[in-house]
Amino acid sequence: MKRSSYAAPYGIWMVMFTIVPLLFVVYFAFTSKTGAFTFDNFEKFMKPMYLEALFLSLKLAFFCTVICFLIGYPAAKFLASKDFSKNKSFVILILIPMWMNFLLRTYAWVGILEDTGIVNTVLEFMGLPRIQMIGTEGAVLLGMVYNFLPFMILPIYTVLKKMDTRVIEAAEDLGANPIRVFWRVTLPLSMPGVVSGITMVFMPAATTFAISRLLGNGMFWLMGDLIDYQFREISMSSGQNFGSAMSLIMMVLIIVSVGFLRRFEDKGQKKEGTKW
Amino acid sequence: MVQDMRLIELKGISKSFDDGTEALSNIDLYIRKCEFITLLGPSGCGKTTMLRIIGGFEYATTGQLLFEGKDIAAVPPYRRRVNTVFQKYALFPHMNVFDNVAFGLTLKDANELVPESRPAKNVIDGWILKMKHKRALKKEIEKRVSRMLKLVKMSGYEKRSVDALSGGQQQRIAIARALINEPEVLLLDEPLGALDLKLRREMQLELKAMQQKLGITFIYVTHDQEEALTMSDTIVVMNSGRIQQIGDPKSIYDEPKNAFVADFIGESNIYDARMIRDYRVEFCGTEFECEDAGFGENNPVDVVIRPEDWVVGNAGEGMADGVVKSVIFKGVHYEMIIELDSGDKCKVHSTVMQAEGSRVSLSVIPFNIHIMKKMQQVPPAAKEA
Amino acid sequence: MVKKAFKRVYIALILLFLYAPIAVMITLSFNASKSRASWGGFSMEWYAKLFNSPEIMNALQVTLTVAVVATIFATILGALGAIGIHAMRKGWASNMLMNLSHLSMTTPDIATGVSLMLMFVFMKVPLGMGTMIMAHIAFDTPYVLFAVLPKLSQMSPSTYEAALDLGCRPGKALTKVILPQIMPGIVTGALLSFTMSLDDFVVSYFTSNTDQTLSMIVYSAARRGIEPTIYALSTLMFLAVLVLLIIINKRTALEDVM
Repeated sequence: MKRSSYAAPYGIWMVMFTIVPLLFVVYFAFTSKTGAFTFDNFEKFMKPMYLEALFLSLKLAFFCTVICFLIGYPAAKFLASKDFSKNKSFVILILIPMWMNFLLRTYAWVGILEDTGIVNTVLEFMGLPRIQMIGTEGAVLLGMVYNFLPFMILPIYTVLKKMDTRVIEAAEDLGANPIRVFWRVTLPLSMPGVVSGITMVFMPAATTFAISRLLGNGMFWLMGDLIDYQFREISMSSGQNFGSAMSLIMMVLIIVSVGFLRRFEDKGQKKEGTKW
Repeated sequence: MVQDMRLIELKGISKSFDDGTEALSNIDLYIRKCEFITLLGPSGCGKTTMLRIIGGFEYATTGQLLFEGKDIAAVPPYRRRVNTVFQKYALFPHMNVFDNVAFGLTLKDANELVPESRPAKNVIDGWILKMKHKRALKKEIEKRVSRMLKLVKMSGYEKRSVDALSGGQQQRIAIARALINEPEVLLLDEPLGALDLKLRREMQLELKAMQQKLGITFIYVTHDQEEALTMSDTIVVMNSGRIQQIGDPKSIYDEPKNAFVADFIGESNIYDARMIRDYRVEFCGTEFECEDAGFGENNPVDVVIRPEDWVVGNAGEGMADGVVKSVIFKGVHYEMIIELDSGDKCKVHSTVMQAEGSRVSLSVIPFNIHIMKKMQQVPPAAKEA
Repeated sequence: MVKKAFKRVYIALILLFLYAPIAVMITLSFNASKSRASWGGFSMEWYAKLFNSPEIMNALQVTLTVAVVATIFATILGALGAIGIHAMRKGWASNMLMNLSHLSMTTPDIATGVSLMLMFVFMKVPLGMGTMIMAHIAFDTPYVLFAVLPKLSQMSPSTYEAALDLGCRPGKALTKVILPQIMPGIVTGALLSFTMSLDDFVVSYFTSNTDQTLSMIVYSAARRGIEPTIYALSTLMFLAVLVLLIIINKRTALEDVM
């Protein structure tokens, strides 16, 4: 038996449980309850209520990505610098929350931001008025940033860490000041990491549900919540077509934006250390 | 000593890869018992492919591979009586030195290593015999491994991890591992490539001594002409998948068959020349007497003159005059580039230094003028090399 | 010096941001008072409650069963897949498999969950532990693959040939030479896959109706309102993932696998 045939079970499994299910999504998105071909599900989506949810999802995901990048890039840069490179435990510390269930992470915030939560208790103790935080866009955004920040730091860190420091020294040697070195050398070379970071933050942020449910107190509907609603809250048989259509729209948007981002990545460097 | 028996024969072997590149074309070669044969050529000339075909890791597209007269093309590597010392050694990193060397033995039939003493009388006796056999087997393996390690001068390293060894030591272990199965033929794929110059010279002598002591055939692949000249009984010079010349080191050096061989083996000056008639050749704007005949009259030929064969004299006293363009001290001799008045440049080795810019003359005795048929097409890379 | 201090403060602030909520949660899980606002003294009450709840104990059993079974299958499939892909010449087949693996890892959880649910429902497979295990295998396997592949490419290709050369048959060469060399990758992959399974919520949520995992319990409880028992459960789950991650990181640089 040829050794390459060992990959057959893997290939079959992946087709059965990745490709085939996605085909089901496509099938249901284009059919009515009776199984007839239709565009109705997409037409239904064009209502302001749904479009608003899509817009809000994209808006929150966009801001979340920008904030994560602005906070995360310096963090990654510092961690990869000589001052931290000797001690890997900081990187591991940043990594750990990434692997923790997002529900637990979000749940922890609920206790902090609630009307009777820790922040408000502290405010009250200091004689200040309570602030209602749960149920605001800000709370949802905070929850997202908190959840996805490590996903931005890690890939950028990995690329910066592997980067040949002699390149930077060469740029300095050629007379570039630190700002120019950053814009002309460091940032372009770290593009693959930035692109994976953005992908890893934007994608889950745009499709999340439950964060908005828990921190938004049900005030906001994001795409994830709409999809969840169609499949789980109302009966499966009536929600599945419209739910599939929304899943499909979401996936197409994500695939298109990831594909768009990947074009920047290729400009930066060869695809190294980025599997996302 | 080299015996006359043909151990391995390649008949019309060609190899093309899936992407259409031809690695070997129509190779005919025989390898005799106990011969130290070297496949020599620049990288990409097909020498490693040839070795891999003999080892059983690649299959020839056409042609026959005979071992003791039998076609072994279909025999998988694990059944060939041939073992390989791989480029960069390919030691098993998860095993220590002992386990690496013993690997081949542990795969052998236990009864072949230690014959069973007698048939078992009953079940209990069977167990006892089995245990005894196991112990004897272990002892035998230990004995053979330590003999091998002694041969490669690595006794006492049994328990070391292979990662903790230096390049030279890893090399020795790789040889011991390949030799433990007592192969008829040992294939060595640039085994000294990763070692420094001094160690490489030492290992060359050791390998040669080992081969003579064991009395087995070595097929050795290298791109280092000095290595080939030092160790081999026979050298096969290869280029672009073809054999250029087969011969013993002396004949390859002294009588290169074409400009490629002349250029690849040792340093040479190669000149476009014209054979005026037998024993008379013209190059560098001068007519020279030579010892070659049979190239016809007024035919273009290649002339090779080794740098050490040019004799430097005072200007006007030699066969051609020129100017010293550069002088480099090379340790034993000086290497000078002399531009003749004809415009030809000559590389000259001499123990006497001439001042840069001074005018000198060059001479050469007829014996040292090597005349060769013009090559049909000289690969540009080869000419520069 | 100033620069260095600034870097330290920055990193410290980020760690504070990341860990403060977790610390709060852990603290509150020992709070005797049910209110978040006041500290009623140290208590193990919520943990006791946790272990006395049949619902949670059942969920623990489901979670572990799913994770263990999915990990075993994912490890076998993923390791064999990696060996096979590595042995392939670069071509459409290996490209397709790699793209498939990347696709599976890039698909948002919700899409994975929804699509698998649709397929199972269409095929009339009852949504329960079985479907959940199949779904977990599907998203775990690429992680094993990507943990094993680098080990294969680090391996000198000639060691396999050397084994054949010394008399090994191909099958034996695989077990004696290749497997021992890629074992660290396989173990890392298995641990990763186990962690992913333990941690998963979204895919389990969509692919199981009857059997509930711990994270599903957390979700339904969270929607009802804050409950200190869930803090205790979260604390324990956090510790479990933490221990697993420390073990994985001891073996390989975690960031290389991601």
